[in-house]
Amino acid sequence: MIAKEITIQIPEGLEISPVAKVVQIASQFESIVYIDADDRHINAKSIMGMMTLAFRTGDKMTISANGSDESMAVEGIENYLCNA
Amino acid sequence: MTYVKVSTLIGKMKLQNLTPEIDTDKARVYQPDINRPALQLAGFFEHFSHERIQIIGNVEYYYSKEMDREERLQRFEKIFESQIPCLIYARNLQPGEDVLAIARKYSVPVLSSDKITSDLMAEIIRWMKVQLAPSISIHGVLVDVYGEGVLIMGESGIGKSEAALELLKRGHRLVADDVVSIRKVSDDTLVGSAPDVTRHLIELRGIGIIDVKTLFGVEHVKNTQAINMVIKLEDWNKDKEYDRLGLEDQYTEFLGNKVVCHNIPIRPGRNLAIIVESAAINYRQKRMGYNAAQELYKRVQENFNKKKDDDDEEADRSMYDAIY
Repeated sequence: MIAKEITIQIPEGLEISPVAKVVQIASQFESIVYIDADDRHINAKSIMGMMTLAFRTGDKMTISANGSDESMAVEGIENYLCNA
Repeated sequence: MTYVKVSTLIGKMKLQNLTPEIDTDKARVYQPDINRPALQLAGFFEHFSHERIQIIGNVEYYYSKEMDREERLQRFEKIFESQIPCLIYARNLQPGEDVLAIARKYSVPVLSSDKITSDLMAEIIRWMKVQLAPSISIHGVLVDVYGEGVLIMGESGIGKSEAALELLKRGHRLVADDVVSIRKVSDDTLVGSAPDVTRHLIELRGIGIIDVKTLFGVEHVKNTQAINMVIKLEDWNKDKEYDRLGLEDQYTEFLGNKVVCHNIPIRPGRNLAIIVESAAINYRQKRMGYNAAQELYKRVQENFNKKKDDDDEEADRSMYDAIY
């Protein structure tokens, strides 16, 4: 299990289409992927869950993954959200 | 940290605001309890629970009336100075203009209610406990099945939403899909609801988001529901042992509360909705005092004893035959 805190850098924040993209990325991996922020613990493969996050550019969140391809999963999401 | 705005409290408890110039959106309550400041008015300020809502009833009111003016104002000044969230007068009692002036100085809202003090206290505590209850959000689907709150959990894509949809079509009600916020209202009650953004929506792979309320009608949705049991769906693993009898309940824990939990293995062709329905109705029957597993155990035991008696009789007879 690995976890990493990141700061969101894509300019539009987590609007509907970036959320769908994150979910799509997370779903490519075998690992269980979770996003943690405040007291929320959201499955990154759940589109409805991710919609409730409403993150803006500059907000912080923690990505955690557990499974055979955990580091790739975290890296994949980080690359998408942090490469402005 | 969760809090309740004093403005929300005013709306909910139908309080009258005696200091409308103070912004009640900024005044916040972090504690569900109440303090009646009788001892503080008498001058004892140790262990003063200043973070609680303060309520003045007949005792405090008439006591403060008997005090001399200077002393009274001094005590009120000390109470307001401690940054209490708000001060409520019960039974429509009215504070003097001098007290209100001190409240304004420290920006503490002063409110009044027409309820009698003990009723007002009980109502505020009950409501505040629910509002300030510890909460978490989890991944799952919450459905009301025959009045029992069933929380279906399991990995993404295992079929939770599909199970929920079929349950809806069978007349049950959806509370939350995908994300369930759980609040611990008391040591034995957990209440689940959906976040505002996803309320009454279901996501189905390949179709997208559907709105249950507009599509199937209000009779198929519900806003909150106590969680009575948990059903965990998982891929069938032939090395794992699944409960075959249900003699002993298994539990899972949320926020320190225990909830009955069933692990249900998934295999193509298993009708999940019927399984969930049966689990809910069986749980309900257990709560009403009948346990099918125990009934089976009783029957087996009786059968066993009966067989033993028959065998004994048989043995007696053959002994009789041998002798004569």
